[in-house]
Amino acid sequence: MSTSTAPRDAVDAPSRARDILGASRLTNESLTAWLHGLPGVDQVGCEARAAMLGTRSIKTTSKAWAIDTAISMIDLTTLEGADTPGKVRGLCAKALTPDATDASTPRPAAVCVYGDMVPFAREVLGEGSGVNIAAVATAFPSGRASMPVKLADTRDAVANGADEIDMVIDRGAFLSGRYLDVFNEIADVKQACVRPDGTAARLKVIMETGELVTYDNVRRASWLSMLAGGDFIKTSTGKVSPAATLPVTVIMLEAVRDWRELTGEMVGVKPAGGIRTSKDAIKFLVAVSEVAGEDWLDPHWFRFGASSLLNDLLLQRQRMRIGAYSGSDYVTDDSPSLY
Amino acid sequence: MSPTTGAPSRVEIKKTYKLYIGGKFPRSESGRSYEVYAGGASSGAFLANAAQGSRKDARDAVVAARKAFPAWAGATAYNRGQVLYRVAEVMEGRRAQFVAEVRASEGVSERQAEAVVGQAIDRWVWYAGWSDKYAQVLGGLNPVAGPYFDISAPEPTGVVAVLAPQASSLLGLVSVLAPVVVSGNTAVVLSSELRPLPAITLSEALATSDVPGGVVNIVTGRTGEVAPWLASHRDVNAIDLAGAAGAEGVVWGDLEAAAAENLKRVVRPAGTGPEAVEPDWTATPDLSRLTAFLETKTVWHPKGR
Repeated sequence: MSTSTAPRDAVDAPSRARDILGASRLTNESLTAWLHGLPGVDQVGCEARAAMLGTRSIKTTSKAWAIDTAISMIDLTTLEGADTPGKVRGLCAKALTPDATDASTPRPAAVCVYGDMVPFAREVLGEGSGVNIAAVATAFPSGRASMPVKLADTRDAVANGADEIDMVIDRGAFLSGRYLDVFNEIADVKQACVRPDGTAARLKVIMETGELVTYDNVRRASWLSMLAGGDFIKTSTGKVSPAATLPVTVIMLEAVRDWRELTGEMVGVKPAGGIRTSKDAIKFLVAVSEVAGEDWLDPHWFRFGASSLLNDLLLQRQRMRIGAYSGSDYVTDDSPSLY
Repeated sequence: MSPTTGAPSRVEIKKTYKLYIGGKFPRSESGRSYEVYAGGASSGAFLANAAQGSRKDARDAVVAARKAFPAWAGATAYNRGQVLYRVAEVMEGRRAQFVAEVRASEGVSERQAEAVVGQAIDRWVWYAGWSDKYAQVLGGLNPVAGPYFDISAPEPTGVVAVLAPQASSLLGLVSVLAPVVVSGNTAVVLSSELRPLPAITLSEALATSDVPGGVVNIVTGRTGEVAPWLASHRDVNAIDLAGAAGAEGVVWGDLEAAAAENLKRVVRPAGTGPEAVEPDWTATPDLSRLTAFLETKTVWHPKGR
């Protein structure tokens, strides 16, 4: 499916949205009608399905594979007001060498930092390390700023060398039914991700599902984000609880699966926040495989936004390698974070 | 047990116990339990079902102990002493239950069981009293050639795995557990395999006293199954092998070798050579079990002229 990104960048989101909606003009009314025409989510059924997916027993070689896959899907994250260049350099060093005792440990997919920290991350990661740099933008985490500020925030991060942009949607607009505003916001930020040479940073759209109240809203926000051109749909900022839950992620995985049915294009999914243990991560991988399909079991299409998760995965990895339980003395000590 | 009367006899409620981990009483992750018989022999009368802990339960217990360590080690010595005194008080309140269980488990007479339980409670108080005294005895000012105060102070080593004695189910247990926790260590106890009931009752005493959750974790089960995982666990700082004596399928030398992997402090079982023996726990102890789980911190402080 690696071909699907190139034409996707060229897609003119508003005109495609008009095609999909079958409307001659993209209005808030037409968007509302379409989004509210999506089938409702069976809350009890969805939670039961998620709980059922969480009961699978993944052992031995499958577990080893799952741990390595999960490590390679992590967006290693530090998003604190107290972040310093030193902390970001430390995080990047960890991304390059997750476990100094075992060189076969895969690297995480990306580091995720604030836009102003991108140059420091690039300094350590260089080019060709395989670890991308993701930057949060658009007045993360609240998203409360005017549009020019959000776009400038995005352009600044892209100019600093970010490979991926994690934007937040305006939840206030979404919840009050101003879907067109949200659509335009995403589409504009998508434009701001384009670099002078024509390539573009991949855009992850954070819906902050913890503030969306209902599962129906999660489904609508997922479809709206994909319609507006998001390359990834992401659950949360990690600043709001609850963050990434399994039922919400199942709904999003259903959305990307159905979106591929509709348009033939793949969109990534990134649960972020609150995933701290290997056991949790493996539950998510089971959900990816069962709901969206194996095509999504790839760091290009599925990510974990996390920081402490990596250490737990490394401990599990060490446990399987040395045949004894490992301890926190054997992985690097990271500062506490909400992730 | 109950005297027979004319009325239809009451069906006795046989208990199925659980583990004690992190201040809670979870079932074994494995879902298993095993039968406990009087006298520790399957020819004895059925007493109860105990949870058969697995390596994952031990792992969870280590996690709980590690979590509880900073606060317990950071508590003042006086406070730790008070908390442990309180445990002795609760044990005193459950005296009759302890006596009955020791009697059933160890197959001793009523009078002997009374004596053992009394000693066990006294032993607990004895160690509790050391909480704010051992540092003065074991630490102190070192004479050095220079204008410095040079002070050595003992500190707890961390998470300690304790293989509880197999035969002495209460007095032995208290004799190995109290010296571990009094100095601020947290403990993961693997109880006597065939005589776990006093340990289970002690966990109920601990849970209803002031001991913070996770400071003492008690896993019941097969010593031979779980002990190797504790011995090799990299997040365990020390291990007491007292319970290797008389445990089926346990070679204490192997456990010590596994413990060496991360330089654990090891307290060997009594006896010489590969044969471990269980010592006489009724003898008044010295400080050796307490000191075995301490690290010495030495501080140099300039004092001027």
